[in-house]
Amino acid sequence: MEFDTVFLSRIQFALTIMFHYLFPPLTIGMGIVLVYLGAMFLWTKDKAYEQAQKFWTKVFGLNFAIGVASGIVMEFQFGTNWATYSRFVGDVFGSALAAEGIFAFFLESGFLAVLIFGWNRVGPKMHFFSTCMVAMGSIFSSVWIVIANSWQQTPAGSQIVPMTRQVLDENGQLLRDAAGDVVTEPWYIDGVPVMRAEVTDFWAMVLNPSTAHRLTHVLLGCFVMGSFFILSICAWYILKGRHVDFAKRSFVGALILATISSFTIAVTGHRQAQNVYQHQPAKLATFEGHFDSDGPADLTLFGIPDAENEKVHYEVAIPGGLSFMVHDDLAFEEPVIGLGKIRPEDRPPIWIPFLAWRIMVGAGTFFIVLTIASCWFLWRGTLFEKRWLMWTYVFNVLLAVAANQVGWIAAEVGRQPWIVHPAVVRDAAGEPILDDDGFIQYEKVVVEMPDGTEISRHAGLRTDDGVSKAVAAEHVAASIVMFTFIYLLLGAVWLFVLNRKIQAGPEPPEDGFAKAKKDSGFLKVAGDAPPESRLAEAGLSPVEADQ
Amino acid sequence: MMHQALQSATQWLSQNLQWMLPDLSRETLALIWFLLLAVLLIGYAILDGFDLGVGILHPFLTKDDHERRLVMNSIGPLWDGNEVWLVTFGGALFAAFPEAYATVFSAFYLPFMLLLCALILRAVSLEFRSKVYSEVWRRVWDWLFFAGSALATVLFGVAVGNLLQGIALDEHYEFVGSLTDLANPYALVVGVLAVAAFATHGSIYLYLKTEGDLQERIKLVVWRSYFVFAALYFGVTIWTAYMVPQAANTLNEYPYLWVVPALNVLAVLNIPRAFALGSEGYAFFSSSCVIAAFVFLFMVAVFPFLVPASNDPSNSLSIVNAASSRITLRIMLLIAGLGMPCVLTYTAVIYWTFRGKVKLDETSY
Repeated sequence: MEFDTVFLSRIQFALTIMFHYLFPPLTIGMGIVLVYLGAMFLWTKDKAYEQAQKFWTKVFGLNFAIGVASGIVMEFQFGTNWATYSRFVGDVFGSALAAEGIFAFFLESGFLAVLIFGWNRVGPKMHFFSTCMVAMGSIFSSVWIVIANSWQQTPAGSQIVPMTRQVLDENGQLLRDAAGDVVTEPWYIDGVPVMRAEVTDFWAMVLNPSTAHRLTHVLLGCFVMGSFFILSICAWYILKGRHVDFAKRSFVGALILATISSFTIAVTGHRQAQNVYQHQPAKLATFEGHFDSDGPADLTLFGIPDAENEKVHYEVAIPGGLSFMVHDDLAFEEPVIGLGKIRPEDRPPIWIPFLAWRIMVGAGTFFIVLTIASCWFLWRGTLFEKRWLMWTYVFNVLLAVAANQVGWIAAEVGRQPWIVHPAVVRDAAGEPILDDDGFIQYEKVVVEMPDGTEISRHAGLRTDDGVSKAVAAEHVAASIVMFTFIYLLLGAVWLFVLNRKIQAGPEPPEDGFAKAKKDSGFLKVAGDAPPESRLAEAGLSPVEADQ
Repeated sequence: MMHQALQSATQWLSQNLQWMLPDLSRETLALIWFLLLAVLLIGYAILDGFDLGVGILHPFLTKDDHERRLVMNSIGPLWDGNEVWLVTFGGALFAAFPEAYATVFSAFYLPFMLLLCALILRAVSLEFRSKVYSEVWRRVWDWLFFAGSALATVLFGVAVGNLLQGIALDEHYEFVGSLTDLANPYALVVGVLAVAAFATHGSIYLYLKTEGDLQERIKLVVWRSYFVFAALYFGVTIWTAYMVPQAANTLNEYPYLWVVPALNVLAVLNIPRAFALGSEGYAFFSSSCVIAAFVFLFMVAVFPFLVPASNDPSNSLSIVNAASSRITLRIMLLIAGLGMPCVLTYTAVIYWTFRGKVKLDETSY
């Protein structure tokens, strides 16, 4: 392992995206809950719903702000660290990103202002409308970003073409031929044509073969995270005997969302895995630690994968299980392409996806058991008496965060060594066509050179070839240090402020003010600062209340 | 099944929406996108310009916590939407001119990392500051808010200053200069000019949003920042004429464009006039025009390039060579055509909702 620009840029991307991805799933998941609470308030006029919505909106706003701040980094990073990739994919990938800005971010950020600051400025209907727009905006944003990422996994609606360019003279003026036309010629670097992916059919790119599968899975993952986040806080209130009515009300709503999401995410996950096998067999084989392509494929539950000797040690497996899962084969015997059929240089690293996959599937299974058991106890009327179950919920949010993170890790590391994954060459029946050495082949692009010879390249891009050429490894190292420092700080402050909000609870802020007079020390009051008007009633200026 | 339904729906759309896509050449589309980028950048500079300006002035005009909260809440509901203009500008640059996006962002690697750091700190300072009722806590975030705003503004200016002069590029449009090249005196002074311009713009905005004693003090700040700005504007204009004479090439080629720098001067002069006459809204409009003219003149100065090469003009990245394919530019035009009217509507709705003098309530920062 070399600490070059490629490796460090990958580390930086992993660091920044993983930190960022703590927040969007929370806001997407919580957005649904806010819409539900707003609708219930409009319908029933029950103040309890409004109070609940106000409380969750504050938490939502906090999560949203850090999501926005860490999200700008993502938009810049393709250009700063992955310039060669950006040149190659910008025509396709960039348009999805720009659409995200225009269709999602403006909608989200504009109406967020009304959602958070507009309680006293607009009527309840306009406020509810804004809540819906924010929730919709956050979902739109996930749609476009998943489209962009899915195109990297299963490109469609695009082709890789050689570029041309207008020639400039030594003064930077356009070179013109005798007829006065601008001279445009094919662009070569060191005799190799410069190529990039260009859109041929925008909608085919948008609806590439994995978009729908991955989008449903990602959104359900967000719902799982948002609902378990709310369940965690409510369970804690119930355990402490605080705001019990409010907590039970929110708990039941979130439990319904969590139960439905946990179930459906397992179903969509299964379908998505089959889709992965179809388009990225190397990735699925890595998830499963599957090497041998002949005979029935076993489903490895546990084991230690050994990439060098192409086997799994201490394996616990269901015989033929993978044949069933991949092909819906009830006979448990249809072969599944294993890593043995992938050229060694085209194989993903095995350990990270293998482990990440297991954690995700394990967590998902646990969520199903947990939510079903809770629904049973809820029906029996004993749910809130089960303290062990409440404690499980308090900490279960961490597992939900982990499941979302490792799911993406499996998807992205499993795509390696490609940054844009080329399609597998198949015959008319859909079976991969093997090369002379018995390996599956990836599609190629052939360019005819002026001298009649042909040059061919993969119809994809390797991660190693995507990095910025103008950026030195030391500079990336410096930015990693900077981001690590800032994100540790942000993470700590976020937890601190979040904890204060939870401690303050959903009650109107009288509590906080009473404490303001009582408490002293560095950090005096839980929750928000008391409104100035209330301080004035108590005969205090803000500065006095602070002393 | 759903997938197929979606596919047939999109097929219908792409067949029946053709008339909305004008039949233009790639070169023309590239030019249109160059202008649209200017529009996005002008939108960003005017809107985020005043809230960056508020951040730059924040620690220097307030006496107590109440006033500091007023100042922060004057931009509270607006800054996030304003920053989306930058994000969308970045996305549009990526999609319409991928070569330029890649060249510029990798060339300014460390400055842009610092910029990101500044933007993050600024955003979270607003969010975190008033959450805890402690003097120390709040002062720390106050200063981080200032530092983030000032640093981001300087770095925007430095990037513009460098692009005006051109940067060293090889024939693959890869940056071959060094960090010290980027930190040249001219670029740094443009950075300081940006700070003065945004501070002036932001102070007029604050004047409009505040009242009473605080407003009286802000009045003084408006004058001070204006005079610093006017002096720098004068100096930088002369230095630019001397340092980057090629910036006027396009103006000389299309002489009617000289109207823009002329209006720019008038707008600069109109700021104090309008402000002294008591039409502060008009003064704010003038400072918005000044900022719009700056961005426009910057785009005119680099035209017909996106990134001029200082070492060898034949390596310059021209608008057409940086552009995406014709298909993508057309689709993007459709996306912009559908999206921008919505964006302008939301912006209008939000600014209307939060019009008037800033007041604190329990939803404020």
